[in-house]
Amino acid sequence: MLVVENLNYASRATIFFQRLSVILTDTLFIYAVHECCRCINGKRAAKDILEKPTFILAVLLLWNFGLLIVDHIHFQYNGFLFGLMLLSVARLCQKRYLEGALLFAVLLHFKHIYIYVAPAYGIYLLRSYCFTANNADGSLKWRSFSFLHVTLLGLIVCLVSALSLGPFLVLGQLPQVISRLFPFKRGLCHAYWAPNFWALYNAMDKALTILGLKCNFLDGTKIPKASMTGGLVQEFQHTVLPSVTPLATLICTFIAILPSVFCLWFKPQGPRGFLQCLVLCALSSFMFGWHVHEKAILLAILPLSLLSVQRAKDAGIYLILATTGHFSLFPLLFTPPELPIKILLMLLFTVYSFSSLKSLFRREKPLLTWLETIYLIQLVPLEIFCEIIFPLTPWKRHFPFVPLLLTSVYCALGVTYAWLKLYISVLTERTSVRQKAE
Amino acid sequence: MEKWSLMTITVLLALTVRWAVSLGSYSGAGKPPMYGDYEAQRHWQEITYNLPIRQWYFNTSDNNLLYWGLDYPPLTAYHSFVCAYIAKLINPDWVALHTSRGYESQPHKLFMRTTVFVADLLVYIPAVILYCFSLKETSAKKKVSSALCILLYPGLILIDHGHFQYNSVSLGLALWAVLCLSHDWDLLGSVAFCLALNYKQMELYHSLPFFCYLLGKCFKKGLKGKGLVLLAKLAGTVLVSFAACWLPFGTDVEQIMQVLRRLFPIDRGLFEDKVANIWCSLSVLIKIKNVISPRTQLKLSFAVTFLSLLPACIKLTVQPSLRGFKFALVSCALSFFLFSFQVHEKSILLVSVPVCLIINEIPFMATWFLLVSTFSLLPLLLKDELLLPYAVTTPAFLAACLASFSILEKTSAEDLQLKAFSLSLKGYVSWFKSFPRIVRSLFLLSLSLMAVLSVLSAAVPPPQHLPDLFPVAVAVVSCLHFLLFLVYFNVVILWDSKNRGQKKIS
Repeated sequence: MLVVENLNYASRATIFFQRLSVILTDTLFIYAVHECCRCINGKRAAKDILEKPTFILAVLLLWNFGLLIVDHIHFQYNGFLFGLMLLSVARLCQKRYLEGALLFAVLLHFKHIYIYVAPAYGIYLLRSYCFTANNADGSLKWRSFSFLHVTLLGLIVCLVSALSLGPFLVLGQLPQVISRLFPFKRGLCHAYWAPNFWALYNAMDKALTILGLKCNFLDGTKIPKASMTGGLVQEFQHTVLPSVTPLATLICTFIAILPSVFCLWFKPQGPRGFLQCLVLCALSSFMFGWHVHEKAILLAILPLSLLSVQRAKDAGIYLILATTGHFSLFPLLFTPPELPIKILLMLLFTVYSFSSLKSLFRREKPLLTWLETIYLIQLVPLEIFCEIIFPLTPWKRHFPFVPLLLTSVYCALGVTYAWLKLYISVLTERTSVRQKAE
Repeated sequence: MEKWSLMTITVLLALTVRWAVSLGSYSGAGKPPMYGDYEAQRHWQEITYNLPIRQWYFNTSDNNLLYWGLDYPPLTAYHSFVCAYIAKLINPDWVALHTSRGYESQPHKLFMRTTVFVADLLVYIPAVILYCFSLKETSAKKKVSSALCILLYPGLILIDHGHFQYNSVSLGLALWAVLCLSHDWDLLGSVAFCLALNYKQMELYHSLPFFCYLLGKCFKKGLKGKGLVLLAKLAGTVLVSFAACWLPFGTDVEQIMQVLRRLFPIDRGLFEDKVANIWCSLSVLIKIKNVISPRTQLKLSFAVTFLSLLPACIKLTVQPSLRGFKFALVSCALSFFLFSFQVHEKSILLVSVPVCLIINEIPFMATWFLLVSTFSLLPLLLKDELLLPYAVTTPAFLAACLASFSILEKTSAEDLQLKAFSLSLKGYVSWFKSFPRIVRSLFLLSLSLMAVLSVLSAAVPPPQHLPDLFPVAVAVVSCLHFLLFLVYFNVVILWDSKNRGQKKIS
C-alpha cells in the first residue's frame, strides 16, 4: 500500500484501513460539535430532548449529508478539518482567543481552502483581541491596542508556518509547493461547475452564443469547438462575454467580502457577528473564486448551522443553502449502486432539517416563503430528469453534459439567492441595531 | 416533532441501512458450481419464465431439480415469474434457459437487490408502521421508537438484503394478518395468513396460534350461534384463498402431490448443517442420527414439538386474547424451531418477528432475544462474508433499544411480566429482591459471551482436530439461550391473568 509505484492499488485491506482512518479522525469532529453545542445558549428550554437547540445542532452537524458523502464515500478527510474549524470557532466563542488562533493556523496549514475564511478570523481577532476595549457606544477605542496580544498572535502564526513549511523552505522547494497549492492553470471552473456566479456566467455565455449563432450575429467558424462542459480540466475562453482572469476573480472576491468585513470591524457583535462574517466570507469566496470545487459549499453550510438554531431568519436561509448545496453534490456520486444511498441520505437530512427547525421556531412566522418552497420542490423533478429520464433518451450521446449543466445552474440560483439574502439580513440588522443605540 | 416526520425519518434510516447492507456480498458469491441462495432465486426466475407451470416442480430435462429445484409454495414461483418478466426487459441474458446458470455481474446484482428492496418496502415496512401506530396505551414517541427498533432488527436485514432471500414478503404478510386480527377483521387476517403460508411453508410454525386464537374466538361467541357462523366463514375463506393460489395447478393430484413432496422433504434427515436447535446440540454428546432410525426421528421430533407447544395453545383456545395470541406466536414458533424436523438457522426469523411485535411490552427480554437470534446466524454470515454488516448493525440495534426503551432499568419482575408468577412462588420472596440486578448481570454476561465468540469466530482459525468448533459453540450457546427463553415465554403465557386491563398506563 505504501509503495510509490503502486498507483490504483486498492486491496480490500487498504480500503478498510483508509475508511477506518476517516472514521477515527472524525472523533475530533464529534468533540468539536460537542464544544459548539456548549456555546449555544438554550433560551428555548424545551423538556423534550428532540426539541432542544443543542440536540438539533448536533444532529445537523453530525449527520450533515454533504460531509457524509464527501468524506466517507467520495473519500476525503474533511470531517477532521471541519472539526478543527468548529473547535476554533467554539474557542473564540468561549473567549479563548489564543487557542482559537492556534487551531485556525494549524487548519490553514492542513488545507489552504480555509484561506477563504481567513479575513473573518483576522479582522475579528484584530478587533476584539488586539484592541481590548470598546467605547460606550460600541465603536473602537484606539488607545486600547495591546502589543502583547499582537505579538502572541504573530508568534503563533509564525511558529505553525515554520513547522509546516520549514522543511520545504530549507530544501528550497517553496515555489514548487506554492504552485501546487494554487494551480491557476486549471481553468475558471472545475470539470463540473460549482454552483457559483461563474456557473451562471458560463451558462449566460453559452446561451448568448447559441442565440448569436441562430441570429447570425456570430461567425460559427471562429468559435472553438471544445466545450467547457466537456468534463476536462483546462483553460477556456468565453465567446460572447469577456473572458475572466484569475486577477478578476480575486478582485470580485475582495469586493464581495468587503462589506461583511467592514461590518465586523465597525460594529462587532461578539461571536455571533464573527460567525456571520465567517459564513459570508466563505460564501463570497465560493461565489467568485477561481476554480472552486463544489465541496467548498460545506465551508459555508456547516458554520451556518450554528446560526440557524438561534434565529428563525437564519434558519430559513440555512434551509435554502443546505438543500441546494447538498443537491449540487449529487454529481460526485454517479454509479448506480450509490444512487439510492445518496437519495435516501439526502431525504433523511432534508426531512430532519425542515421538521426540526420548523418545530424549533414554531411560534414565529413560516421559515420559507411559497416561492422558496416551490424552488426547493422543483429539485425533485430535476433529479428525476437528470438521473432517470435523461439517460434513457437519445440526447445522452450528443449532449452528455446537460444534466451537470442543469444541476449546476439551478443550484447556482439557489446559492446566489441565499448569499444575497444573508448579506441583506446582516447589513440591515446592523443598521437597525445602530438605530436602536442612537 | 411531529409523529409523521419522525416516522418518515425512521423509515428512511431503515431503508438506508438495508441498501447499505445490500452493497455487500451475497450467499454463494463467486463459488461455482452450486453458488448459493442468490443463484437459487435467479434460477427460479429462469425456470418460471421459460417453462410451463406443469414443469416447474418436476424433474425434466430442462429442469434439473438437483440444481436448486423449487421448494417453496406457488406464490414464491409467481413472484419469481414477475421478477423474471422485468429482468427480461432489462437484459434477457439474466434469465436465459440453461445459459444463464451462475450468471454474476454488477448490474444483475443491482437488479436482484432492488427486487428485495422493493418487496420489503411494499409489504413488510408498511405493516410495521401501521402496527406501531395501532399500538394501544403508548405515547407517540414510544410508537416511533418501537418502529425504529423493529425496522433495525439486524437478523432480517442481514438475511434478506445480505444473504439474499425474500423473507420480508412472507413475514410481512403474516404481520398484516396479525394487524387485521388486532382490529377484529378476522376474514381479512385469514386471507393474509393464507397468502403468507402459500409464500413460504415455514409459516406453518405460526399456523397453530392463528388456528387456536380464531377457534377460541368462535367458542367464545358460542358454538351454537355466531361462533359457528364465524367458523364456517373462516373455513370458507381459507379454502377459497388456497384454491386461488393453487388454481394454475388445477385439480391434477399428481401435480399437487409433487409440490407437497418438494415442500416437505421428509427424507432429508433431522437436521442439516449446524443449527441452534436441540437435536444439533444434543448430537455433540450423542450422535442421534446414528442411534435412532429416520422414521423414529420423525416421530420423536413431532412428539416433542407438540408436547412443548400444547400448554400455550390450550390456554389460547380457552382464553383468546390478543396479548396471549402474540406471545403464543413466539412460543409456538420457538418450540417448532427447537424441536422440529429439518430446521434451518434462518427459521429463527419466524420467532424474531413475533418477538418484535411484543417489544414494547417486554423491551428487555425482547432485545435480549433479538440479539441472541442475530448471534445464532453468525456462522452463516461469516460464510457469506457479511461480518462487517453484522458487526455494525448489531451494536446499532442494541444502541437503538437502549436509547428508546432504557432496557437496563426495566428488569424488575413486574417489567418482565413475571409478577403473577413470582406471587405464586411465595417461598422465594427474599430471592426476588435482587432479581433485577441478577437479571441485568446475566444479560451483560450473555452479551460479553456473544461478543467474545463473535470475535473468536471471525479472527481465530479453529484448531486442526476440531474444524467446526466455533459454529458448534455458537449453536450450542444460542440453543441454551433459546431453551431458557422458551421456558420464560411459556411461564408468562400460563400465568397471564385476565385482570391485566386494570394495569395503569405506563
